[in-house]
Amino acid sequence: MKILVPIKRVADPDNASKLKVSGDGTAVTSEGLEWKMNPFDDWSLEAALRLTENAAEKNARVGEVVLVSIGPNDEHTQRIIREGLAKGAERGILVEAEDGSLDSGVVAAILKALVDKESPDLVVMGKQAADGDSNVAGTVLADKLGWPVINYAMKIKTNDDGKTLEVQRELDTGVATVKVTGPAILTTSDRILQTDSVKNGVTPDDHQYAKLEVGGRYASLKGIMQAKKKPIDTTSVADLGVDAGKTLNYTKFELPPARSGETTFVEDVADLVDKLHNTAKVI
Amino acid sequence: MANVLVVAELLEGKARKTTLCAVTAAKQIAEGTGGSFDLLSIGEGAGAAADELAGYGAGKVLKAEIAGGYVCEKYAATVAEAGKDYDVIIACASAYGKDLLPRVAAKLDAGVASDISAVNVDGGKLSYTRPMYAGNVKGTVEITSDKQVVTVRQSEFDAAQASGGTSPVEDIAVTNDPVADKVEFVGVEVVKSERPDLSEADIVVSGGRALKSSENFTNVIEPLVDALGAAMGASRAACDAGYVAAELQVGQTGKVVAPKLYIAIGISGAIQHLAGMKGSKTIVAINKDKEAPIAQVADYFLVADLFDAVPALTEAVKSL
Repeated sequence: MKILVPIKRVADPDNASKLKVSGDGTAVTSEGLEWKMNPFDDWSLEAALRLTENAAEKNARVGEVVLVSIGPNDEHTQRIIREGLAKGAERGILVEAEDGSLDSGVVAAILKALVDKESPDLVVMGKQAADGDSNVAGTVLADKLGWPVINYAMKIKTNDDGKTLEVQRELDTGVATVKVTGPAILTTSDRILQTDSVKNGVTPDDHQYAKLEVGGRYASLKGIMQAKKKPIDTTSVADLGVDAGKTLNYTKFELPPARSGETTFVEDVADLVDKLHNTAKVI
Repeated sequence: MANVLVVAELLEGKARKTTLCAVTAAKQIAEGTGGSFDLLSIGEGAGAAADELAGYGAGKVLKAEIAGGYVCEKYAATVAEAGKDYDVIIACASAYGKDLLPRVAAKLDAGVASDISAVNVDGGKLSYTRPMYAGNVKGTVEITSDKQVVTVRQSEFDAAQASGGTSPVEDIAVTNDPVADKVEFVGVEVVKSERPDLSEADIVVSGGRALKSSENFTNVIEPLVDALGAAMGASRAACDAGYVAAELQVGQTGKVVAPKLYIAIGISGAIQHLAGMKGSKTIVAINKDKEAPIAQVADYFLVADLFDAVPALTEAVKSL
């Protein structure tokens, strides 16, 4: 099974409250914030690695994961790709592009060109990037390819190397189960990090993965060493023959207004009830 | 002049309230630009839902009956075909809207402004305000394609009220998409609760990792939830630990809520959680650690052991 996993570098989402906006309001500046792998992509990478390994045999690789990152060809993008390679992916592709030239539609067009070239069985990607929070590119990509998309996958099961999959996906109102004939696009929910979320027909069905608290697996020391020798190919939007234009034009960015009022530290439960009942009048 | 098509969200043959929040945004677009809006009821039970939706002032209500469970591949082509007659296609940014509308947009070569918090009209020109970076930046965006596709954040748009009139209901043809043959809907488990819907409740009481177990949610949080007639929520840590169902998660991953009162119990306040609740009118934190980041957004903070404070609070609420 060959899986394409797009990964984006984003300004450290855990410190997003430190973001600033340029004086004229035309740009978001993340100065001082570290670039991190988009956490939603990290979950998808974990799913893709589980689909392409035998976890009972020291995570022996039985398939291929190709990472794709679209962005500036700089040390940060390179580092994010290396991080994914160190976790177990086989190789990387860096598509050179200025952040300002991208929106969900352009990203989908670039990924379509790469899918046409690489012919993966699946694309497993983040449901959204932690910067734009759009939740659009995966589904648009699926439609452009004429493929199905399963958004918010929390359990994935295949017994035929990804040709068909049974997927449980998270809804607002519960959980839906679908059977999909590949090739297909999957986006993931954080429930994909649970210990029994992926059954790939190779890893024994009763295998339990180690519990993951926040993101995907950590790279091992061996993985980090091996990643240094794994290839990262560089290409560009023009080389891929993509000429899609943006359909979104951001005219202004603002920081949300600071919360008005201070935090009132109440003395005890009686004081809290009094404030909520008589001052805020909410109970 | 922008003519708008609102895509209704049906659950078990009835329009969800999410639909009415999208109607409110559609009305703002229509009124601001001198256009009008129609509704599309699509899915199983679309006919009955269309009759119900006819009371909200739409020019007309389109309906397309599609049997079997929802997958976006079965609906998108029909929505896109209907959408050709409109300038803006809009739905709520629920899991449904965020799944379906990008596929519709792809078929119409339209840009998508997702999860918007406001509609802006300036000299007849539309733009949208939307939260980005987990709500830490607000962006204003224009869609430059011929058609515009928009999803709206439920907590930022009040549900439209019934208008009194009755819109005409029209059948439309279902357009088949070959890709639909590649997805088979097996089933859905709908989580039912006697409590108010998390996205719609006036009061939300959420618990975090400090609850330590699902039993503690049952014994400590639920009595307060019920005494207040509130909805129950939880942090990602509590959901991931299996203390409560995933559907109760509040945050960037999970539901975005903006109730009149939000009570965060044993929740430290990670940025992902704040993204889902900081729009609440009044925020209360109950936490042992007064330095916890939840203090950044809390109006009232009770520094206390939740296992003492919450049962006492429940009793006090009951005696109000």
